[in-house]
Amino acid sequence: MDKSKDVIVCRCSDVTLAQVQDLIKQGYTSVEEIKRITRAGMGPCQSKTCGHVIEREIAKITGIKVDQQEPHKQRGPIKGIKLGTMAVAEKGEKHED
Amino acid sequence: MKTRDAVIIGGGVIGCAIAYELARRGMTNITVVEKSYLSSGATGRCGAGVRQQWGLESNILLSKKSCEAFERMNEELDYDGDIEFHQGGYLLLAYGKDQWNQFLKNVELQHKHGVMTEIKTPQEALEIVPFLNIEGLTGATFHQKDGHANPFKVTDAYYKAAKRLGVEFLTYTEALDIVVKNGEIEKVVTTKGDIYTERVVNAAGGWSKEIAKMVGIDIPVYSERHQILVTEPVKKILDPMVMSFHHSIYCQQTPHGSFIMGLGDPNELKGYNIESTWQFMQEMAEIITELLPPLKELRVVRQWSGLYNITPDAAPILGNTPHLEKFYQAVGFSGHGFMIAPMTAQLIAEQMLGLEPSLPISTYDLGRYERGELVKEPNVV
Repeated sequence: MDKSKDVIVCRCSDVTLAQVQDLIKQGYTSVEEIKRITRAGMGPCQSKTCGHVIEREIAKITGIKVDQQEPHKQRGPIKGIKLGTMAVAEKGEKHED
Repeated sequence: MKTRDAVIIGGGVIGCAIAYELARRGMTNITVVEKSYLSSGATGRCGAGVRQQWGLESNILLSKKSCEAFERMNEELDYDGDIEFHQGGYLLLAYGKDQWNQFLKNVELQHKHGVMTEIKTPQEALEIVPFLNIEGLTGATFHQKDGHANPFKVTDAYYKAAKRLGVEFLTYTEALDIVVKNGEIEKVVTTKGDIYTERVVNAAGGWSKEIAKMVGIDIPVYSERHQILVTEPVKKILDPMVMSFHHSIYCQQTPHGSFIMGLGDPNELKGYNIESTWQFMQEMAEIITELLPPLKELRVVRQWSGLYNITPDAAPILGNTPHLEKFYQAVGFSGHGFMIAPMTAQLIAEQMLGLEPSLPISTYDLGRYERGELVKEPNVV
């Protein structure tokens, strides 16, 4: 039985394996494109989980191996950081957190 | 030999919308050439705002008609997704007498054209955004029908609609040269072969100057990085886009719950650099936590940047080119291309097909710089 509708690929944005497979078949064949349509990889983990899964699905469907795919862009900050924390840093004040 | 009625260079919202508007009017034998994926440039990096609060008649009309197109877009393009157009309004903040007087003049003109912007005292602004810090605020203007839409989805909707009508999209394909013979375009040379055509549309956003150079035309545009960031999603607390020319910032809460905000840096260098900096994030954080204090609890999850393609009068260059009639420009949007894309695309398509223009496109022609007829818009970040 096809369980791809029940498998969550991106936990931050609730994207299923079925959605990802469907988009790859429609011609959205990079992590960057799938991210922009589904929000996969835009949440707190910033694609650290789903990015690899999506790359493997692209490889399975298109035949382009993961190491031959254009690596998707990793953007800062590495970890979520509060605006308030940065604001006091800008002013040079002592801050918590 | 591959022959097309037109080749559009650039797969952002402008290129995809022009493709759709041409195809809808019967010109379907056309190709969009995009060097990366669709909306990989400025479109997919923008702040997503859609406003009609402008200070010039031409800009008010262009944005009003575009806004009406966004309202109908899911249906008109028969989109299987949602462009997420949310009309929570734009709250424009004024600081100081001069700016306030300019705002009042703008509102008068907006009313003349049916953009029913409301004038607000600082106290009234608080009714719209209760946690706004109104210290130093002179007044604000608010227009409910402004808002924001999802740029990826809008581009995707145009792409799918154009594709259904028969338009060819070549992604990961770079335009390398445009060959002109006897004063007319002969072909576009791409990384995937030559395409013979007499019409070319320059919709290359940040790279528009480079495309024009291929035919020896120097268009008065330059590119400049603008940075932006997004926070974690939270429940809806901010309905309108908040914008301050004084602070040179804008901030909105997306339908998904995250906050998107950007800042214009007066010291930014011209060029193609789109790296992100810590300085931006810190400066943005300082300004926004002053202006909208509860945001200090929100975590930034990502920052990025994109290129503004800027003209001397911060208004786009649209339409055919002197001495090379069938080379069409849809460039130089100076940071507000997304919001006027629907109407821009219609005007370009109408001109290419020799149809009566829905709005006077000649206001935005390339020749205006030589004639000294600049479009002087007072309302830009």
